[in-house]
Amino acid sequence: MTTPSYRDRTVKPFTAVRLVAKRELNTRLRTKSFLIGTAVILVVFAGYFLLQATLLGDAGRSKIGLTGQATGISDQLKTVSQQLGKDVETVTITSPEEGRAQVESGDLDALLSGNVSDLQVLVKSDLDKQLHAALNSIAQQQVLNATLLEAGLDAPQVLNTINSATVKVTSITPEDPEKNQRLIIGVVMVFLLYMSITTYGTLVAQGVVEEKSSRVVEILLSTLRPWQLMLGKVIGLGLTGLIQLLILAGAGLAMATATGSLTVSGVAVSTVLWGLLWYILGFFLYATIFAGAGSLVSRQEDTQSVLTPVTMVLVIGFIVGVNLLLQSPDGQATTVLSLIPLLSPVLMPGRIAAGLAPGWQIALSIVLTLATVALFTWLGGRIYQNAVLRTGSRVKLKDALRNS
Amino acid sequence: MIAIAASSTGGPKLTDPALEIDSVSKRYGDIVALDSVTFDVRAGELFGFVGSNGAGKTTTMRIALGVLAADSGEVRFDGKPITHQTRTHIGYMPEERGLYPKMKVLDQLVYLAELHGLTSDEAHQSAENWIGRLGLKERRTEEVQKLSLGNQQRVQLAAALVHDPNVLVLDEPFSGLDPIAVDVMTEVLREKASTGVPVIFSSHQLDLVERLCDRVGIIRSGRMVACGSVAELTADAGSLLVVTAPHAPGGWASNLPGVRIVSERDATVVLELSPGTDDQAVLTAALNTGPVTEFSRRRRSLTDLFRDAVNAPERAPA
Repeated sequence: MTTPSYRDRTVKPFTAVRLVAKRELNTRLRTKSFLIGTAVILVVFAGYFLLQATLLGDAGRSKIGLTGQATGISDQLKTVSQQLGKDVETVTITSPEEGRAQVESGDLDALLSGNVSDLQVLVKSDLDKQLHAALNSIAQQQVLNATLLEAGLDAPQVLNTINSATVKVTSITPEDPEKNQRLIIGVVMVFLLYMSITTYGTLVAQGVVEEKSSRVVEILLSTLRPWQLMLGKVIGLGLTGLIQLLILAGAGLAMATATGSLTVSGVAVSTVLWGLLWYILGFFLYATIFAGAGSLVSRQEDTQSVLTPVTMVLVIGFIVGVNLLLQSPDGQATTVLSLIPLLSPVLMPGRIAAGLAPGWQIALSIVLTLATVALFTWLGGRIYQNAVLRTGSRVKLKDALRNS
Repeated sequence: MIAIAASSTGGPKLTDPALEIDSVSKRYGDIVALDSVTFDVRAGELFGFVGSNGAGKTTTMRIALGVLAADSGEVRFDGKPITHQTRTHIGYMPEERGLYPKMKVLDQLVYLAELHGLTSDEAHQSAENWIGRLGLKERRTEEVQKLSLGNQQRVQLAAALVHDPNVLVLDEPFSGLDPIAVDVMTEVLREKASTGVPVIFSSHQLDLVERLCDRVGIIRSGRMVACGSVAELTADAGSLLVVTAPHAPGGWASNLPGVRIVSERDATVVLELSPGTDDQAVLTAALNTGPVTEFSRRRRSLTDLFRDAVNAPERAPA
């Protein structure tokens, strides 16, 4: 024999798991579906942020033309509008006809003309309520000013007195000015987690079925133990998913900050970190179950039938989760559901992002999820071990759980 | 049951480890797949495992590999029950091919070698070596699913050999191969056996098995019905007599004592004589019918033996 002898070799358990994981990572990262899938989601992100930047920019802002005597109230209009939460841009229009044409074409939201105490507003169909209130208040103040002067009173002093008579508001829980942004980040995180866990969980099952249907599993298991093959596969695919999630979250954050859709980058970064933790927890929670489910069938065509029950739980968690998060983010139902281990990985990061999950709840849900991960790994591993070498018809769950 | 215990073949030392299948039984519900199957594959020997479809060849091999658990009985290597540790030193070729369809030939072999404990360098070296030996050089970076069936088979053999196994268990390694590939595979198997490795393979190509194997086992409905060297098996089963008597009436030999008609076509009959029957008496009987143009003994081939074993009425194990 010219070839050297390797007959005394055996692979160490850790090396075996690493080799299996490395193969998964290598083959998956190179597939077209990974590259295209990631690119498509990035394009969707970019489209969303651009749309939001342009739409939101317009919605909060009004462009108002001032003509004639009305030109004088430009500053006053800006100040009053600001107080009412409206951003106003003013332009001076020389001729009323030109102003009219611009209102008609939509370039101007309104055209102001006439004396300050007798303001005329020209709009296309109707006047924005906040703007209406602002203009009324300006006109009324003007009239009040004139009346006070006629009565021989010190107008500024009276106005000051009036202005100081305001309602005092005391809130029990002060509203978080970042609430909306947090909620949006939360929903995006929920979506990403749902998508990643479902996609990569399904890939675990498909990978198991691929090995079973091509019989390569028989060769692999003559040198590997079932748990090594399963763990390697789960880790490899989990890492692939983690890499994709990092790319998406990183690019998403960068785009959101660049387009100005996001001003709370601190919250966003911590959300991403929590999201990654929950991805790992959630993926390991579902992956072994996906692997066990996949090991029950021998043909790719049958995969869907065993995966449906598992994916249904995820779909329900996602739909209910997003709805509850949007409707009553701090409601009792949301709290309870987010503590159920099967739903925690999707719901909890959403609540954390929204800033609504107290520390003890986060800790409790992590502990519960970890306990369930341990249980499911044992269960999924057992099913996998008993079913992965049984080819032919679908293996009954009952048989797979029985001690072989 | 024809069982021959001793073999006089020389070659590898007796101390080299053998693969023993000892009283292995397996049931699937009410169906008995294997009924106390016993045989051994000695060190340095090529063992041919033959039987009809569904007779239990694949089941036996899967049990030997530990891919399937036996209900009772034991498989031993080197006198010790097979453990996960010993299993990693078996080269296995499953009947339905087991490779990743979308993985490249070289990557696949390197991966499998590494899983058997070879370092990356060694794995590459060994994979390239077998790729060269089996004539796959031009295909080394192609996906397995894009290869012809014959080439996929060669890759599968390489996968069984890449970690330099102590035992080779090959399920139908020759099916679908062209004559050149058969020669290559034959040479490789002979070479492996000559290093003291027990090699067992199943096949339906009985002439090939007869030519290649040191010993043969025939399985029928989950029971071993014959096991021994081809020469021993055929000698034991007696030989055949071919007689051509052009003027003889049909069935002339049917009443001769100790004679069984195996086949009768035109004027030529093939007869099987029970032990102790005088062939000269048969010749006399044939001459009584007129001229005899052919009278010869024919050694029974493995194919004849196999047909007999498979066609014989089922009987309780002897």
